[in-house]
Amino acid sequence: MGTLLTVFLKEVLDNFRDRRTLGSALLMGPIFGPVLFAFVINLSIERSLESAETTLKLPVIGQEYAPNLVSFLRSRNIDAIDGPADTAAAMEAVKVGTHDVVLVIPEAFGEQLGEMIPARIALISDQANSDADRDARRARNALLAYQQVLAGTRVIARGINPRALQPLNIDQVDVSTPSGRSAMLLGMMSYFFVFAALMGGMYLAIDTTAGERERGSLEPLLSLPVTRDQLIYGKIAATCLFMTLSLMLSLSAFYVALKFMPLEQLGMTPNFGPSVVLAALAIFLPFILVGAALMTLVASFTKSYREAQTWLSVVLIAPTMPILIVSILTLRPRTEFMFIPSLSQHLLLVDMVKNEPINGLHVAISVASTLVIGIILTWACARLYRREGLLG
Amino acid sequence: MITVNDIYKSFGKVKAVRGVSFDAPDGKITGLLGPNGAGKSTTLRVLYTVLKPDSGSANIDGADVATDSLAAREKIGALPHGAGLYPHLTARENIAYFARLCGLDRSEVDDRVNQIVKLLEIGEFAERRTKGFSQGQRTKVSLARALVHDPQNIILDEPTNGLDVMATRSLRELILKLKDDGRCVLFSSHVMQEVAALCDDICIIAHGRVAIDDSIEGIRERTGCDDIEDAFVQAIHMVEPE
Repeated sequence: MGTLLTVFLKEVLDNFRDRRTLGSALLMGPIFGPVLFAFVINLSIERSLESAETTLKLPVIGQEYAPNLVSFLRSRNIDAIDGPADTAAAMEAVKVGTHDVVLVIPEAFGEQLGEMIPARIALISDQANSDADRDARRARNALLAYQQVLAGTRVIARGINPRALQPLNIDQVDVSTPSGRSAMLLGMMSYFFVFAALMGGMYLAIDTTAGERERGSLEPLLSLPVTRDQLIYGKIAATCLFMTLSLMLSLSAFYVALKFMPLEQLGMTPNFGPSVVLAALAIFLPFILVGAALMTLVASFTKSYREAQTWLSVVLIAPTMPILIVSILTLRPRTEFMFIPSLSQHLLLVDMVKNEPINGLHVAISVASTLVIGIILTWACARLYRREGLLG
Repeated sequence: MITVNDIYKSFGKVKAVRGVSFDAPDGKITGLLGPNGAGKSTTLRVLYTVLKPDSGSANIDGADVATDSLAAREKIGALPHGAGLYPHLTARENIAYFARLCGLDRSEVDDRVNQIVKLLEIGEFAERRTKGFSQGQRTKVSLARALVHDPQNIILDEPTNGLDVMATRSLRELILKLKDDGRCVLFSSHVMQEVAALCDDICIIAHGRVAIDDSIEGIRERTGCDDIEDAFVQAIHMVEPE
């Protein structure tokens, strides 16, 4: 125990002295997530607010053929402006991005309307461009509304109630709560927590084997009258400490960042108060051991520091894969998922952010299975540390 | 006292050590001499227990390096080839870390580190972080680290590599001091003159085998060469490559 503590304290001191590495590990990991997050969310909020409120400047070719339509569009906050010379020019302009969407009204428009032939009208847009597509949809919706109005006047002229044209009245009931809606977006958070935790311990995990070897300090260390188990347990303990620090920073950074995000405007109120932050920390703690042991294990196979860094960047991605898959398939938490480290933590976190009741059994399985896997991996590290091949 | 008894060690197809035996008694300096790749480092690594011999045995004051490696390590201070320091720790902290790992008490650590810092004349740079140390300073700190728990047996793998004349000379004085203390000093080198100047016994190894294990006079006599370098070359040719 004394040896373990000595190794632990030395690694902590050593790592705190290494300002540059510590800085990148403890700042990059935890701060990167919230900053990126805040940026993306603010951007998307701005966009969505912008599109509803602002006037859409819609280039229209042939405005003179449909003055009523143009004034109807203006009532829908869409201003017709002068467009390109002809349809070909309009298509080219949309293709190169000069305009997002162009409305073309042919000369025959009025005539066709009068003869009750479906009047031809063209909306040119690039559907691959999601930003432009939003404007196109807005223009299309306005045209559909205009169609309703015209159809209504036509049937009234024939003495029919225009309601006959609307056989269905669709009521869309959304049961999602503001917390629930935020979970879709904030589910991304667990990715950053996992990432920050792993980043915080990556340097030490590499240092335990590849780093010590490359520096030439491994052999002197192994020639001391201590068992190798104690050395590696002390080092893994130090790795865990820095991972925990990094995770705590990441959680706090998100806590602060969320306060500055105008999420209410998107109809979201994430349940991410101090108590949830602490609960999230508790739930992620067992994962720290898995991460530390996994990184140490992978690094111990490598021949050099550089090789270890390459491999560990793969390890950084590995725990996020189950999260990604479950998010894409939008699977709901199931008991068997709770056996998988990182995934179980993610699902529990999502439930907490959604402000849904937490299943005690799920928590128990998550903690127990993650801890067991962590202990097995730690044991495997110790086994590998006894190999002669360790010296490289 | 270090006893090596017919050890073999291969790495895959490379037979690094093929039956090396010798004794390194207390109060004497034993030199392990051989060209590059002769198996010196492998032999020493077996002795400070980071490698296990494929066959044969070796013991340090009676503790077997393979079966009782922890006890064997307690009795040795080892300076591996190219030993590195922790660059963010000061020289003193590097030494104290090893002292604590060797099980010294908190109070003992400070006293012992002070003693060794004085003995090796490290004082001038003891409080500096070891990043950027010269090779000579590095070797001194590594050696201090190896000696901090006051071991009876001292194993030094090419300690004079990269040292200038002054540093080599002070290292030599230290080795002699350790010998006068009654310790067993075993060190390896590929420089015949260096070994000849210092050692009581010389074990010349080549191609993983012992060519000659004798005093300087004995080696001169058996090779029939007066010049020590010639004697060294002559001895190496006495071993068949595999």
